[in-house]
Amino acid sequence: MSVLHDLTLDVDLPSAFGPAVALSCRECGSRYDLGAAYSCAECFGPLEVAYDFGTVTREQIEAGPASIWRYQPLLPVAPWAADEPNLAPGMTKLVEARNLAAALGVTGRLWVKDDSGNPTHSFKDRVVAVAQSAARRLGLTTIACASTGNLANAVAAAAARAGQGSVVVIPSNLEAGKTITTAAYGGTLLAVEGNYDDVNRLCSELIGEDITADWGFVNVNLRPYYAEGSKTLGFEVAEQLGWRLPEQVVVPIASGALLTKIDKGFRELVSLGLVEGTAYRVFGAQAAGCSPVAQAFDNGWDAVKPVKPNTIAKSLAIGNPADGPYALDVVRRTGGAIAAVSEEEIVDGIRLLAETEGIFAETAGGVTVATLRRLLADGRLDPAAETVVYNTGDGLKTLDAVADHVGVTATVRPRRDEALAALSARATTSEGSRA
Amino acid sequence: MSVTVRIPTILRTYADGAAEVTVDPQDQTVAGVIGALDLQAPGISARILDEDGKLRRFVNVYVDDEDVRFLSGLQTQTPERTVVSVVPAVAGG
Repeated sequence: MSVLHDLTLDVDLPSAFGPAVALSCRECGSRYDLGAAYSCAECFGPLEVAYDFGTVTREQIEAGPASIWRYQPLLPVAPWAADEPNLAPGMTKLVEARNLAAALGVTGRLWVKDDSGNPTHSFKDRVVAVAQSAARRLGLTTIACASTGNLANAVAAAAARAGQGSVVVIPSNLEAGKTITTAAYGGTLLAVEGNYDDVNRLCSELIGEDITADWGFVNVNLRPYYAEGSKTLGFEVAEQLGWRLPEQVVVPIASGALLTKIDKGFRELVSLGLVEGTAYRVFGAQAAGCSPVAQAFDNGWDAVKPVKPNTIAKSLAIGNPADGPYALDVVRRTGGAIAAVSEEEIVDGIRLLAETEGIFAETAGGVTVATLRRLLADGRLDPAAETVVYNTGDGLKTLDAVADHVGVTATVRPRRDEALAALSARATTSEGSRA
Repeated sequence: MSVTVRIPTILRTYADGAAEVTVDPQDQTVAGVIGALDLQAPGISARILDEDGKLRRFVNVYVDDEDVRFLSGLQTQTPERTVVSVVPAVAGG
């Protein structure tokens, strides 16, 4: 197979980053050339991709591949991104959750955007695919990340698919389900004796060292591109609903980037005339053991005070969330709310979603479902409005969270009488619980 | 009473490309360290602090391994041989 696009030349092609034209500081508006930069040299503000979209139509998107690449005209990637080796994530199921709605007293339509259906079972495949494409354009040959686990899986797998090197840096206390799966894809896996915020800081400091000269840390120096991948969770929901926006969404908050990018995705669809600009409210979900954004929301703060995380929801355990202020802006602007739920509520949330809809979510999904329940109970979320909740990961990666709460109904020897006795006892119990 | 300051990549132009700068502040606090640093790397202080002299929202400063927001902010003590790190905030996940 011939190499169609020489990496060093691509940067000069006008379409190498699709509709993206520059990087722009979210705080002060300073503009920079597209490159591996993430922080404004003037004010340290985060850099974002600036676009010149031109005309984009529903037909154009619908004719695209059944992956995030159908939204290429809205992403900072080349038109040929889909043809390069990648995991082709996205177009995961939007499941109508009638049983969950009934269990929670929701009368409007309730949907679960189940992103555990991605290649490595979390939404992180989306952001990595966009960052990987940017890495290619910028001549960065190794992809790297600081991760709470799901991103680790996504980076290691995407690198394996593309035959490139990977360096994944994780806290050493991660769930076995995330560490083992990452290691299985190969690449370098560095465990750090510290929490995620320590890992994140370490990776920021490694940038600039000689050894990392041709590395793209997807969520550090490639972060402007990476974060744009999360917009596809907004795009897909709108398209799957028949090109319209839901009235309410509930989104887990770790760094705050996912929530802000779903909102950005919705707004871009509106501004391009792809959906009607109907009102929607964005709700945020955190674990009480790491709830700096929920605390800021409750206290009416614009800034987020860092905390030391202590929760089973490790994929949300970012104590110093850099996009927290922006998540607050979105939630306040749209009239939503942010709630934090206890460890018990998280486990109950995982079980409720599994038992009502057959979707086994990781702890972050448990946080989101528990937050949905909490916001309904508090009267802050409208039970009659159409609502989408985002499940961002797979419960198989966080088995420990529920291991002590579920188990076999009975254990018997392979004998008919014992099996019948156990099964009829179960029937009695079930009938009793229904009565 | 020297203190080592680790400079992030985007600010190294102020420090002739140096990754670390040693300073000897009179005032042994983070604020004093940043002031002393600015004498050796003119202009760098305005990048780290805003117009009101507060830490900018998207910069993290660590004294040894602790975020100063968990300590006493700019008034955090920086005794002899402390390492102060300036690191841009970055979201992750």
